[in-house]
Amino acid sequence: MTSSNTRVSSTARPTADPQTRVRRRRVSRRGTGWSTLLWVLPALTVYGIFVLYPLVETVDYSFYKWDGIGAATPAGFANYQAVFTQSALYVSILNSFVLIVFFTVIPVTLGLVSAVLMRELKGRGVGTVIRTLLFLPEVIPLAGAAIAWTWMYSPNGVVNQVLRAVGLASDQHAWLGDFSTALPAVGIIGTWVVTGFCTVLLLVGIAKIDPSLFEAARLDGAGRWAEFRAITLPELRRELVVCVTVTIIAALASFDVVYIATQGGPGYSTIVPGLEIYQLTFIRQQVGQASALAVVLVALVLVIIVPIQRLGRER
Amino acid sequence: MNMAETTTARTTRILILTLLIVFTVLPLLSMITTALQKQGTFPSGLSLPTHPQWGNFVDAWNAADFPALLKSSTLIVLGVVPAAVVFSTLAGYGLAASRLPGRSLVYGLFILGLTLPAEALISPLYYELQSMGLLNSRWALILPLLGLFMPFGVFWMRAAFQGLPAELSEAAEIDGASSWQMFRRVKLPLVLPSLSSLTILFFLWTWNQFLLVIVLINNPADSNMAGALATFQGEHGTNVVLLCAGALIIMAPSLVIFFAFQRQFVRALLQGAIK
Repeated sequence: MTSSNTRVSSTARPTADPQTRVRRRRVSRRGTGWSTLLWVLPALTVYGIFVLYPLVETVDYSFYKWDGIGAATPAGFANYQAVFTQSALYVSILNSFVLIVFFTVIPVTLGLVSAVLMRELKGRGVGTVIRTLLFLPEVIPLAGAAIAWTWMYSPNGVVNQVLRAVGLASDQHAWLGDFSTALPAVGIIGTWVVTGFCTVLLLVGIAKIDPSLFEAARLDGAGRWAEFRAITLPELRRELVVCVTVTIIAALASFDVVYIATQGGPGYSTIVPGLEIYQLTFIRQQVGQASALAVVLVALVLVIIVPIQRLGRER
Repeated sequence: MNMAETTTARTTRILILTLLIVFTVLPLLSMITTALQKQGTFPSGLSLPTHPQWGNFVDAWNAADFPALLKSSTLIVLGVVPAAVVFSTLAGYGLAASRLPGRSLVYGLFILGLTLPAEALISPLYYELQSMGLLNSRWALILPLLGLFMPFGVFWMRAAFQGLPAELSEAAEIDGASSWQMFRRVKLPLVLPSLSSLTILFFLWTWNQFLLVIVLINNPADSNMAGALATFQGEHGTNVVLLCAGALIIMAPSLVIFFAFQRQFVRALLQGAIK
């Protein structure tokens, strides 16, 4: 949407040249534009006090050893060193990478497959109902999703019930309590939350593709796979970048679901950076250490997201 | 041959769609059937309630102190959403229309916050709000949320104003419109759709905000709906029937509002993602 808009205004500009000059003169009569700082001031004030200032403080804290109450002692890079050497800390980062598989890879793949298969499934009424249902997980609080799934995974829950019904399990498994299954189980909660959203987003994207492209491919004798690779995938580039960006941030910065479902346990098996920062600050009173992990998290998100955004803007 | 192919293709499509919908609906369905079982029993995840206990919802309503919760969540939304929308709109307009020296720097400062996880701010925010004496009040949630919403809000509204044709402002300037008149009479009416989508997104993010509530609000009576879910789980986690009933009640306002405004919601969420 944004790109088409900029295109409109850039083609409009040359024809409006004399008027632009008039505008410049009028503006300069009114002042250089410093008055427009007033427009930005309210937003900049709340943003400065409650985001930028704390951000600078986080970076500052990260170079100290501080329990949050007493005096802070300078720690150099020791807190950062610990992020990459202490198991609870680097495990939280590794776990959040595993969550990317469940928050991003699976939902985007599932969404793409279902969107392509649903493309020709017409019928407006059906479409709206399906769209509404698929959006439900995106609208309810994540904490609610986590409560629902904690019950799904419990020994009496639906997951065990279904597995028993198809003869796949004889005993009752506590999915969130087992070291080997807890992290994937938490991941699937994320899959549940974002898959519908990705599907609908990609469906809308597919609907916008010029149908003549598909017709041309058919006439050239292209099969479904060739058509998918040559037309659908490149045309959906923007939507795919959006899905991937939003869901990767959700995976790396996850907190709500883990807090409700497992509190990071058993052991460190489901610990994620967000929860570790929270526990370090408010339970173990290692504010400096928590801040170093926070800085690493911010950097990690940027390092991963910025190249993906570039990918979306190419062409 | 051709007919057979389309039939299989159609069947596959319907099958995949059905699976996707079952996957989506199952956890909520399990909650509903469980919430209607007899309290004190240990039902299975999915079991038809033979004698639906609607009274469970009354118990859960009282246990969660739902009226107080609804009032608190509403107050938080009223504190955050209108101000956040106004601030974003003003700044978006200012940055789209101005020739302020260094405006790209100001804009860049906001964009910096777009991918910032709130986790990175919670420790300093806690001490900052403590020194302001606002900790454990609704202001401890309202003010930081206002700040945290600015990057997206400014980004969103600036894009909306920039999307308007340039001739519009030129014509109005020739007519001698002041910059406030230009904003109020010419441009604001044209960005109302973007403004309403932004309102919906801010509402949803405030209503569902979890991390800040856990960190900054102690008293459940000052919490929002998402925070209340954690409190309720902590207090009634062992009574799964009541837990399901309570979680459904606490999520009910989100669902009611979603179903009432579903077209706007879907549009807002899709646009919000694309931009």
